[in-house]
Amino acid sequence: MSFESAMARLGGSSVSVSSVEACSMAKGETLADTVRVVSGYADAIVIRHPKEGAARLAAEFATVPVINAGDGAGQHPSQTLLDLYTIRQSMKIDGIDVALVGDLRYGRTAHSLASALSLYGVRLHTVSPPGLELPPGLVNYLTGKGMEIIVHETLEEVVNDLDVLYVTRVQRERFPDPASYFNVASSYRITPELLAGAKKNLIVLHPLPRVDEIDPRLDATPHAKYFQQSKNGVPVRMAMLLDVMQ
Amino acid sequence: MKHIAATTDTGEDVGEGLLIRRIKNGTVIDHIKAGEALNVVKILGIAGTTQEALSIATNVPSKNKGKKDIVKISNRELSKEEVDRIALISPNATINIVRNFKVCEKEGVEVPTMIVGSVRCPNPGCITRTNEPIKSRFAVLPGGKGLRCLYCDSVITKDITSYII
Repeated sequence: MSFESAMARLGGSSVSVSSVEACSMAKGETLADTVRVVSGYADAIVIRHPKEGAARLAAEFATVPVINAGDGAGQHPSQTLLDLYTIRQSMKIDGIDVALVGDLRYGRTAHSLASALSLYGVRLHTVSPPGLELPPGLVNYLTGKGMEIIVHETLEEVVNDLDVLYVTRVQRERFPDPASYFNVASSYRITPELLAGAKKNLIVLHPLPRVDEIDPRLDATPHAKYFQQSKNGVPVRMAMLLDVMQ
Repeated sequence: MKHIAATTDTGEDVGEGLLIRRIKNGTVIDHIKAGEALNVVKILGIAGTTQEALSIATNVPSKNKGKKDIVKISNRELSKEEVDRIALISPNATINIVRNFKVCEKEGVEVPTMIVGSVRCPNPGCITRTNEPIKSRFAVLPGGKGLRCLYCDSVITKDITSYII
């Protein structure tokens, strides 16, 4: 929706296909053919797709610019740009302590953000349920770039050292039963009490939508930046669209 | 391929007799890591339906390595792109181009920078694992220590042969 808003604010229009059922892919058309056809209808393509690498494939076959708006459990680079922008509104990014919390294995926003933060000398802390840690290949990439990554078992052991707390949703379908999910989800819940000893300037971010990860009581505190973060998606995506179409 | 000095034989131990016949024209891949000949054939894409006479010897004696494998393909001279792919599983292999029973060119293999179409991505969620009209593409990690999918960034560092298509 933020891309549509961004396009409208640029004075353009957009045609959205929100599901496979609504396009020729439901008839068995390949993504390669779909983007070739859509290239004739639009000046740019913004694609969100359940398969990793879909945007890269689309870029190979499209004749107009392609923006990756999320590919499966892969990457979400436009989210990362607005994440960086939101952090930069509060502090310099260089050398800060950032924690990624939640499903870091399948969370594409975390993957892209971690990669971008490796350019800033950021110390990265991770807190995730067993089995949902950052993919080993990504960890190797990040450490190869010189990034320091510290793995924590609990939020409590690191929260007071953080400048940015980046929370992602833990999805129910990753767990064998509802009880396991609720046990894990509750242990990663961000509350005002958890942040009682945190740095005054700590900011809490979340790509949204949230479910139970962040206590609504946090919304009114200066730490909560996730709605500002969401709002920032519009100007950042306006800039991206303008840049690729100019 | 890196060029090494040409010789007049294919590196086989002729003193104990040939396990497989000499070929008049074609390619001999020698000094293959013992036990990897079938994977070499597989990664070259010349198994099964090939029109050429194909000879494979495994675990034959080698002066330097103890054991080695050999593959001979008659009437076909493999290109650099084809043979360099086997460097991933057998970096010490040598390629002999044979013409009229003589080795005319003898070269080692070099790890390529990219592998196209011969390795399956291990990630079931990768777009290359669908019916899209694309070939898998992997960048070879420095030192040939693994492969990285250029579509989903998945990395293969172990048991590469099990992903050969």
